[in-house]
Amino acid sequence: MKIDRRDFLKLAGIGSAVFASSLGGLDHLTNRALAAENDFFFVQLSDTHWGFAGPAVNPDSMGTLKKAVEAVNNLKIQPDFIMFTGDLTHVTDDDQDRRKRLSGFRDIIKELKVKKVRFMPGEHDAGLDEGKAFKEFFEKTHYAFAHKGVHFIVLDNVSDPGSTLGEEQLQWLGADLKKQKKDSRIVVFTHRPLFDLYPDWDWYTRDGAKAIEMLMPYSNVTVFYGHIHQEHHHNTGHIAHYAAKGLMFPLPAPGSVPVKNPIPWDANQPYKGLGFRSVEAKVKKAQYAISEFSVKGEKL
Amino acid sequence: MKALKSRLLIYGVVATFIAIAIGGYLIAAENEQVIQITAKRFEYSPKEITVKKGVPVVLQFTSLDRLHGFNCPGLGIRMDIRPGKVNTLRFTPDKVGTFPFHCDNFCGTGHEGMKGTIIVTE
Repeated sequence: MKIDRRDFLKLAGIGSAVFASSLGGLDHLTNRALAAENDFFFVQLSDTHWGFAGPAVNPDSMGTLKKAVEAVNNLKIQPDFIMFTGDLTHVTDDDQDRRKRLSGFRDIIKELKVKKVRFMPGEHDAGLDEGKAFKEFFEKTHYAFAHKGVHFIVLDNVSDPGSTLGEEQLQWLGADLKKQKKDSRIVVFTHRPLFDLYPDWDWYTRDGAKAIEMLMPYSNVTVFYGHIHQEHHHNTGHIAHYAAKGLMFPLPAPGSVPVKNPIPWDANQPYKGLGFRSVEAKVKKAQYAISEFSVKGEKL
Repeated sequence: MKALKSRLLIYGVVATFIAIAIGGYLIAAENEQVIQITAKRFEYSPKEITVKKGVPVVLQFTSLDRLHGFNCPGLGIRMDIRPGKVNTLRFTPDKVGTFPFHCDNFCGTGHEGMKGTIIVTE
């Protein structure tokens, strides 16, 4: 499976129209039909942080998610499904406020035309109550599903406040992977990076190496995650890991500044560093295994 | 009489071992740098710690509210800071420098700002 990434800065187009540079990807996708019947694409949105307030960072904190929903709805071809990779809401210490924010988020994304929408928590949603409130709204925090020949695995590395997957989930992952062929097309969604991106900023998963080790025997694995509010690509062996932009505020590049703080809003370039992503999955061309037989039916 | 002598000998050997052990502990304890740190939402106190390279360090953490974490990737040390007990971490710094540490158990709205620094001097 080849996965093409198309990152859209559609929000910029809706705002002050400063950033339209990435819309070429959108045109590319929408001006033609998907090449093969089983080709498809999905949209990844991440780190919407509904409930965040900080005018210096995002003066449109109440409107950004709505704009993203509108932008996705305006795609000429709608994705097969939409995946939210965590931090749907911004953290609050109050349990009831957390539920209000989850409810507010859900009300906004109900406007999406695509009804096949999947969710996973970030630590802001689930880190203080081990995912209790999140599950009330979106049920499971880790699960697997299949779509057009691709096996998708959603891993939860945030409900444990210590950012571990935990032995129970790792065993579940192992059992799920056992059902797959070594060359199965596998896509993994997580919130935090599974690898040690930058531990000083807590950009890692404490036992992520165990999950990567379990995935390593499979030849066709790609990981999409959020958490770091910027695009990032890294390979662990043959496994590619792609981080997505956020939809509330961008963060600096790993280790680029002494202190990790949100990048302030640039009035000259509103929504800079924010956006969402589509991922187009192309199925392999048909391959034929040819065997020759004699007239007696013996395999040659 | 012979039995009494044997018993006294055994007592003597045991007493000697105890004395050596206590002495060794005291010497080690004198050389250790013991630092008490409290953790609460969303700060450590003290948040800047200075220690000497090559001298054993004992960090004694106490949480005043909930589960916190201590993670100093630069020195390769971490531990959970559980409330209701003293959480002790021993290490011997083997390099000079300034090493940031942070809470790595998500603890709330100010979690991102819960951090500090260990300064290791010669």
